[in-house]
Amino acid sequence: MSFSDWFRQDRLPHIYCAGCGNGTIINCTLDAIDKMGWTKEQTVFVSGIGCSSRAPGYILTDSLHTTHGRAIAFATGVKMANPALNVVVFTGDGDLAAIGGNHFIHACRRNIDLTVVCMNNQIYGMTGGQGSPTTPKGRISTTTPYGSAESSFDLCELAIAAGANYVARWTSYHVKELEKAVKVGLETPGFSFIEAMVQCPTNFGRRNKFKQVADQVEYIKTHALLKAKCDRMIEQGETVPGDMYIVGELVRRNRPAMGVKP
Amino acid sequence: MTKTEFWQGNIASAEGALAAGCRFFGGYPITPSTEVAEHMAVKLPKKNGVFIQMEDEIASIAAVIGASWTGARAMTATSGPGFSLMMENIGYAAMTETPCVIVNIQRGGPSTGQPTMGAQGDMMQCRFGSHGDYSIIALCPASVQEMYELTVKAFNLADQYRVPVFLMADEIVGHMRERINIPDTVAHVARKELVRGTPPFLPDSDGIPGFPQFGKGYGTHVTGLTHDERGYPCATNPKLHAALVTRLVDKIESARRTIADFDVINPDAEQVFIAYGAPVRTVQQVLHDHPDENIGFLRLRTVWPFPEHAPALFKNARRFIVPELNLGQIAREIERHVKVPTKSLPKLGGELHTPAELAAALEV
Repeated sequence: MSFSDWFRQDRLPHIYCAGCGNGTIINCTLDAIDKMGWTKEQTVFVSGIGCSSRAPGYILTDSLHTTHGRAIAFATGVKMANPALNVVVFTGDGDLAAIGGNHFIHACRRNIDLTVVCMNNQIYGMTGGQGSPTTPKGRISTTTPYGSAESSFDLCELAIAAGANYVARWTSYHVKELEKAVKVGLETPGFSFIEAMVQCPTNFGRRNKFKQVADQVEYIKTHALLKAKCDRMIEQGETVPGDMYIVGELVRRNRPAMGVKP
Repeated sequence: MTKTEFWQGNIASAEGALAAGCRFFGGYPITPSTEVAEHMAVKLPKKNGVFIQMEDEIASIAAVIGASWTGARAMTATSGPGFSLMMENIGYAAMTETPCVIVNIQRGGPSTGQPTMGAQGDMMQCRFGSHGDYSIIALCPASVQEMYELTVKAFNLADQYRVPVFLMADEIVGHMRERINIPDTVAHVARKELVRGTPPFLPDSDGIPGFPQFGKGYGTHVTGLTHDERGYPCATNPKLHAALVTRLVDKIESARRTIADFDVINPDAEQVFIAYGAPVRTVQQVLHDHPDENIGFLRLRTVWPFPEHAPALFKNARRFIVPELNLGQIAREIERHVKVPTKSLPKLGGELHTPAELAAALEV
């Protein structure tokens, strides 16, 4: 088996734009699931609304493509009613951090046994490029035409503070690391949150001076700061630049969890 | 052999749910429905069921829908403000044909309104509250006994028709305490399983597809987007959308007579009360107080789909009188189906009509 055995071939072609990073994240997630030896019968994907949330529709398992922001709440019902099922949530920054923010923090607090993979493209892609809670300050979107004036969310810090058992961040460039992180997330009982920074050439890149897809991937790569390196910098009294984001395993712990397979 | 208890209406609803095999409750505290959740919190863990208090009513109905796809009988209970929050996901349940039961212990609205007072102001909201066209089933209990019986019935209808079913009670019936007879067993209508190899949203001749329970290897994609028989999104196909929505409505509306549940009292009367929920009790008092006057009474337990044929069973009727704890929401529906005048008797504020108020509406 490989990740490609999990796809609904009869639904191709998919809706993702040329150069989109979501496919990479979906492949990495399915590869990790495949390596876990999970069966299609016992695996359920749940999602909300947005580009990322279309992913379950391309996968052969049972899946719920739900309402905007509510994927984790639906997934909570699936997992609590049948803990024998492996439940994975695909979401995006708008779906998870804006309209679904409350469900996110409460699922972390409950530490319910879900794995949530967030494709963070820092924009509302499907509706045409509006600013999201993770759009960096100063970045251009259709609703922040003069640059975003708001501070952006650090979703991993939020998940850690709210009580998730496993939290990691990687990018669409770091495919091997991302796949490993998703696998650890799947293995860890309780709430696992994996954030993947992805390029959105259509609605983020073209408004923010990334002429080529590769330019944005290069930016994502060069602005990823390894957690170990970040910790060293802080130890040595160095300032961590504000436009860097920390990648790596950010939390791994064994707090009491809900909905764990008996 | 039955057992007799003295219960509150909300407790009777929770016990009815348990008797019906409900094993998942997702809810959020709200007056005057909270006793349903509290009772389920005590009882469900002892029956290998799941009680979970969610972070709001949006999450509550979402969790209920998720649980239903694993095959569980699942419910929530709420009141006005929480009911308003649930509307988007109720539309999702209708679109995805997810069986679920929603208990609404109605209170005075709009907004926070009268949390501790009864009302029937959500009767139109339960029918039309989510966006788009769809149909649902709504039952209205008028006693503690019916809180139990109609909750059982709600689960059976939800599974049979694969639709959200509403128990549209009110604070008065929900908080009333009276004698109730508990049967040893209750009727159970099983959810029709999907035949292997059949597309998951291909309806049978009754307009209802078989249910592909999650975890059984069906591999079903469930989406709130307009979808084809395979469950795949097809959101820009005009004919497919029209056919899907028409089927979702028709599977309920075409079963109107089967779903109908009402009593006809004094069918040859000229003046006829039509009531549902708590006002039923006042009408019963008027009939009791005036045994020699031939007063008709159409007493509804099913309000949606509205039993259009029922008023015509009063062949001599020259007037229908409709007492409601709202400004005439169902009176307007009745008007559409009768040829004689309909007199709406609205009452707001949380108190029932007095028998004298109803008697005064009768023409001598």
